Amino acid sequence: MTNQTLAQLSNSLVYAAIAVYALAMLSYSAEAARRTATGSAPPTERTRLVGAIGTSLTVLAFALTVGGTISRGFAAGRVPWGNMYEFVLVCSVAAGAAYLAFLTRLPVRAFGVWIVGLILLALGLAVTVLYTPAGALVPVLDSYWLVIHVAAAITGGGVFTVGAVATALFLVRTRLERRATADPSGTSDASGSPRRGYAASLPSASTLEQVAHAAHMFAFPIWTFAVIAGAIWAENSWGRYWGWDPKETWAFITWVLYAAHLHAQATAGWRGTRAAWFALAGYAAFLFNFFGVNLWITGLHSYAGV
Amino acid sequence: MTDLAPPQPEQQLNQRPSKPISWGWFRWTWRTLTSMRTAVILLVLLALAAIPGSLFPQRNVASDPAAVQQYAVRHPDLAPWLDRIGFFDVYASPWFAAIYVLLLVSMTGCVLPRSLRLWRAVRSAPPSAPRNLARLEDHQAWDTDRAPAEVLAAAARYLRRKRFRVVVTDSEVRAERGYLREVGNLTFHLSLLVLLVGIAVGKLVGFEGRVAIAEGGTFANDRSQYDVFTPSAWTDVDGLVPLSFRLDKFDVKYQVRGPNPGQPSQFSARITYQSGSGAQQRTTVRPNEPLDVDETKFFLTGNGYAPRVTVRDGRGKVVFTGPVLFLPLDANNSSEGVVKVPDAQPTQLAFEGLFLPTADVGPQGPYSMFPDALDPQLFLTAWTGDLGLEDGVPQSVFALDRDGLTQVQADGKPFAQALEVGETMTLPDGQGSLTFDGVSRFANFQIAYDPGKEITLTAAIAILIGLTTSLIIRRRRIWVRISPTQSSGFLVETAGHSLTRRLPPSAEISKLVTALGGPTSPAAPADPADKDPHT
Ligand code: HEM
Repeated sequence: MTNQTLAQLSNSLVYAAIAVYALAMLSYSAEAARRTATGSAPPTERTRLVGAIGTSLTVLAFALTVGGTISRGFAAGRVPWGNMYEFVLVCSVAAGAAYLAFLTRLPVRAFGVWIVGLILLALGLAVTVLYTPAGALVPVLDSYWLVIHVAAAITGGGVFTVGAVATALFLVRTRLERRATADPSGTSDASGSPRRGYAASLPSASTLEQVAHAAHMFAFPIWTFAVIAGAIWAENSWGRYWGWDPKETWAFITWVLYAAHLHAQATAGWRGTRAAWFALAGYAAFLFNFFGVNLWITGLHSYAGV
Repeated sequence: MTDLAPPQPEQQLNQRPSKPISWGWFRWTWRTLTSMRTAVILLVLLALAAIPGSLFPQRNVASDPAAVQQYAVRHPDLAPWLDRIGFFDVYASPWFAAIYVLLLVSMTGCVLPRSLRLWRAVRSAPPSAPRNLARLEDHQAWDTDRAPAEVLAAAARYLRRKRFRVVVTDSEVRAERGYLREVGNLTFHLSLLVLLVGIAVGKLVGFEGRVAIAEGGTFANDRSQYDVFTPSAWTDVDGLVPLSFRLDKFDVKYQVRGPNPGQPSQFSARITYQSGSGAQQRTTVRPNEPLDVDETKFFLTGNGYAPRVTVRDGRGKVVFTGPVLFLPLDANNSSEGVVKVPDAQPTQLAFEGLFLPTADVGPQGPYSMFPDALDPQLFLTAWTGDLGLEDGVPQSVFALDRDGLTQVQADGKPFAQALEVGETMTLPDGQGSLTFDGVSRFANFQIAYDPGKEITLTAAIAILIGLTTSLIIRRRRIWVRISPTQSSGFLVETAGHSLTRRLPPSAEISKLVTALGGPTSPAAPADPADKDPHT
């Protein structure tokens, strides 16, 4: 196959993935709606089936994004993470992989709808706003430390995404559990779990917290490694391993905020909800680095159009 | 950063004996400073303090060195205030240093006592079981008619094989493993200090510099030859590695076809160099492939055009000839620059304008269509008067100080001309001329010497290993207790307890139970995740 066909194949696979993810999101939404209606009562066979369809579609869509990424790499003749479009593509692969990996051991399907929704949003942005045709890299990016650095950053980001979704839902669920214990007048069952509403259909706060914690524990060393690999690459390109350029600065901010989160989780009185906000702040810093710094800050400093 | 060591409160108080020594206050401060809560707050402060440096242009930072001045020109009211609070030099500002020094002091004060505790824990036996094992995780109990000593011995053997530290008493087995987690945690935190040492060595002994050299130009590694030279406090400025080189040729390849035409695909600077009294050697410097001479590295970091011009003054005499560096402005290498001719008579001359490697004229005036020099043109205006080079104020080679200069006019308008290679611009009234001889390229080299970077790298690796260890390894305890029942048999109980925020491996206890002949595969909890050690 020629590069051109491969590039087209990649695009078709990504579009197909978007379509399948959209269907997956529909199934997951339907499942969530049914669960919301029944609250903490065990889901019916039917509800389970709808959710299982959502998961199967997610697996298929995930496989399509993997195919899209690989063919993109062959089309460009290099690793497929050299520009924003490809970063977002690979990041959605990483988030999908992290979600599916969690799914094999923890009851995280209840927030599949959010993961799939985020991936869909990311892929949509990628094909509309960020699309760049497959091509070679500018020379300074042509380094295998970059390959390692970006791969680690993207993997870390994908897993942080799962952590962030779990954390946000943890906050939602905790509020409900608190309100339920504060007001046991028939809206909640004996164990303090509320009976109805979306939050009632979520896994318990402690499960969500555990998922979030596992995701953060896994992603944080990867992120640390990404920052170190980035520094090694910078040393190879400019002779200074750390120059406080906005990208580096926001990677540092992300790292420090997640470190604050891990500490808060070990601080009496801060565990749980308060610590959760630090994790969300860390994720916000990660997102800002990904989108804000690329699209906005560098734009501020560039002379394009003079 | 070493001069920021906090004053010793005891000494201060000792100098004023009239006041009672307030140990309570000191202890309170120290305990507050080394608490986890303070660590969280300081970490968040560190993150917040780093933000302005990414939003405002910074001095001494890799990006465009002129950015701060440009910002000051655009925001004349705001800039002095931002400058006063250090927003243009965030990472060297006292408040930024205060945060990280406090953080490291707090960390050391927190982590060293922990090492002590760990040391004692490793040397002492795992503690005895809590009275009520049923309150712990994975509690299991069953009746047995085997002899207690036999059950306990079997448990101890099993747990030892699983690399637990084990203590056996008459009635229970106490086991603990995962001490390495604390070791990892300590390694990680203390390596942060080592990292800072590595950074400090670089900042105290190393240097950075930049130089732009046109094709054919030469450079000797001496401070005076740098465009920008940033030594550190203890840099041996007279002891730079002896090296000289000439830029023979600078090659750039641009993609002509494909999806990104005009994107560079290759840069290479061919140089001839000589280090010390050695022989001349040739090499090629490319992005990511610096020239490394005794740890001083020469990186290729940028490039641009240097149009070659010859200037004649009012007397017709050649007063300047050679390449002039023009500063690239955009992806297609539209470049601006200034030709300053202080030797011109009767008045000094200057030319200012644009260089367009592939010139075209659009509705907004001339612009460059492509970054390669396919159809180069030079658009110039001219100035006469006093260049102000003698007042000792350093000037940018890319900009003109217009005080004392008047623009050359023709027909009441500024005199301007577009030149192709070989063409000459002749100023009115015999004030002089400029000939566009040809196009050379220049290369930017960044030169760096950082003897601390190996320390930093070692610390970074230790950080990574320590962190991963502390996040993967789960420190936990297991107890097996045996007690007589009323019916002359014995009750065996096992339970575990995690010393970290993560659950112990879920199958660990049930495997132990199986090994001891207890009930096999008890009904697994419906939602194992709902068991949280800390709730
Ligand atoms: C200098 C910046 C610091 C960074 C980047 C940092 C980072 C981290 C990280 C990522 C962890 C998680 C590792 C784990 O959970 O095992 C951690 C744990 C820990 N940190 Fe720090 N830390 C810093 C400063 C401090 C300070 C100032 C203190 C004490 C006041 C401290 C005390 C601790 C303790 C006790 C733990 C273990 C928590 C646990 O048992 O889960 N650290 N630190």
